[in-house]
Amino acid sequence: MPPFSGVDFYDLTSLLSEEERAVRDTVRQWVDERLMPIIGDCYVAGRFPKELIPGMAELGMLGANLPEAYGCAGLNSVAYGLIMQELERGDSGIRSFASVQGALVMYPIFAFGSEEQKRRWLPALAAGTDIGCFGLTEPDYGSNPAGMITTARQTADGWVLNGAKMWITNGSQATVAVVWAKTGELSDARSVRGFIVPADTKGFTARDQKGKLSLRASDTSELIFEDVQLPREAILPASGGLKSPLMCLTQARYGISWGAVGAAMACYDEALRYAKNRIMFDRPIGQTQIQQVRLADMLTEITKAQLLALQLGRLKDAGRMTPQQVSLAKRNNVDMACECAREARRLLGANGILAEYHSMRHLANLESVYTYEGTHDMHSLILGESVTGLAAF
Amino acid sequence: MRIAVCLKRVPDTTARIVIAADGKSIDETGVKFVVNPYDEYAIEEALKLKEAAGAGETVAICLGGDAAQETLRTALAMGVDRAVLLQSAAGSDGLEVARALAAELKGGNFDLILFGKLAVDDYNHQVGPMVAELLELPCITSVAHLTVANGALEAEREIEGGIEVSTASLPAVLTCDKGLNSPRLPSLKGIMAAKKKPLEVKPVTLGAGSLTLLGLSLPPDRKPGQIVGEGADAVPALVKLLREEAKVI
Ligand SMILES: Cc1cc2nc3c(=O)[nH]c(=O)nc-3n(C[C@H](O)[C@H](O)[C@H](O)COP(=O)(O)OP(=O)(O)OC[C@H]3O[C@@H](n4cnc5c(N)ncnc54)[C@H](O)[C@@H]3O)c2cc1C
Repeated sequence: MPPFSGVDFYDLTSLLSEEERAVRDTVRQWVDERLMPIIGDCYVAGRFPKELIPGMAELGMLGANLPEAYGCAGLNSVAYGLIMQELERGDSGIRSFASVQGALVMYPIFAFGSEEQKRRWLPALAAGTDIGCFGLTEPDYGSNPAGMITTARQTADGWVLNGAKMWITNGSQATVAVVWAKTGELSDARSVRGFIVPADTKGFTARDQKGKLSLRASDTSELIFEDVQLPREAILPASGGLKSPLMCLTQARYGISWGAVGAAMACYDEALRYAKNRIMFDRPIGQTQIQQVRLADMLTEITKAQLLALQLGRLKDAGRMTPQQVSLAKRNNVDMACECAREARRLLGANGILAEYHSMRHLANLESVYTYEGTHDMHSLILGESVTGLAAF
Repeated sequence: MRIAVCLKRVPDTTARIVIAADGKSIDETGVKFVVNPYDEYAIEEALKLKEAAGAGETVAICLGGDAAQETLRTALAMGVDRAVLLQSAAGSDGLEVARALAAELKGGNFDLILFGKLAVDDYNHQVGPMVAELLELPCITSVAHLTVANGALEAEREIEGGIEVSTASLPAVLTCDKGLNSPRLPSLKGIMAAKKKPLEVKPVTLGAGSLTLLGLSLPPDRKPGQIVGEGADAVPALVKLLREEAKVI
């Protein structure tokens, strides 16, 4: 495979700073050299390539937008988004790993943690010596996390955690979990608080979920908490109510809106190459109108999505980004990427179903991305509520 | 260890080259520029030697236009301590470039001066050895393996059918070949740190030189390939064509 050279029809590169370009190029090259040679096999084997973690950490990809004081790279949001784009150009599973570690584990510790918690966990998570997971979703509470039934009860010397979480990325390999639980009545979503739970705590078990046909190069697990005794300082002191995990999701969704563009770019790039080389009826299939429409549609949608992601990043860096704007970008860009992956897969004909090519892997992965971090439908409802002032959920 | 690395800003090797209207330069629109790939080996070697020595300074020096500041910042992001841009329109006469570099390097007290063995844009292989000559230093070109100890170095060059080993005392000039090391990627922290490292810009004027570039042209389009058949049955026809038409066997 030749090195990936991106998709940039509108010269959006000229809107990036020199550092932003350098960050993108470093991660792009890393993905070419380290991830692309192994990802097909990992996917088929259903294996997360954890041997890549030290390299990702060394380059500074974990929690890259958090401050240098905690061992992070201190990048702006656009550079952070570009990392997600390039990682997901490789595989959504690898991007998911980085999203969870950075936006769902390091971010809440940074935003809601005590200084001691930050010093204990952030440098180790940035260095990849600790791996984190984020437990919000439960078997019976997916789109509606407010209904969660995992509880944290206060005792004389700490907390006791009971409940179960499901669909937890990195769950089985995590050395630490950020777990959300109710500290008050089950009917009181404002009593949701975050807890730092080391994986070796007694009563905490994680089990891989088997039989996934999507995100196969990522671990997804069930977490079970049976009378897990936690010290007083396990709670994230500044967390309060469901708003706290939702703030984490806003961070992760922001990254996903960039990541999806990366997956779409990979599919378009593959489709374009194939269209120029595959001869059928004595001419390249790229010389037929139908395939040109496919390519033109993909290119157009990718270019629009790139603009959405970039402006969202500029708003975030200016401190003006709203969660609803993130919903719009996550919803549009992931849906767009699903469409691109499907069209690319089809353009490739029979080869399109092979793991040797990438579009079908992206297509299957993106179905998870479409569902997690707020399903496409839920983002429709968030936007609907935002413009009408009427909540439909 | 004080080590200087001279590097050049060149078009990315995957860039599609278009010749500019003057017929003597390339059209830079939309072309991505990178550190000359052979110079990356030089940067990596300098960083490794400094790390092994535990002390010293690495300096990246580039002759080129303003845009070459970005090229130097890549070296800073990889870990080089400081950078100097000899600001000038790029010269096509290697000797003039070597003179400007030698003037900067002289008095810099460097133990080692590293170059790439060639720049992929002009394939000249000239500047490194010329700088060595101007500074009256020993020079070993196309180094593929290097050990430095006790004020001397031992370098291996991959020559036709074997390996040539030579030694030299420091200070010395080396040009680096593929295989010497595998250059690190600039880390994201390194990229942020590069902004804060010193990058000195010194305007220089190149001499007129004794070479005149007449023009550039692209290689002729490659002829389309030919499929003579499939499987074992096609072998005799292929052998015949390779022998009689392509004349390669
Ligand atoms: C691979 C993978 C990794 C994940 N990683 C994590 C993780 O690390 N941490 C974590 O906490 N969670 C994680 N999740 C869980 C994910 O966030 C949930 O799956 C998601 O929130 C949807 O919940 P659900 O699957 O229960 O679907 P449901 O909520 O049951 O939704 C089913 C369908 O109903 C629709 N729907 C739901 N409510 C409404 C409504 N009011 N109106 C109209 N339609 C509605 C949905 O859009 C969907 O189409 C992951 C999921 C996957 C697949």
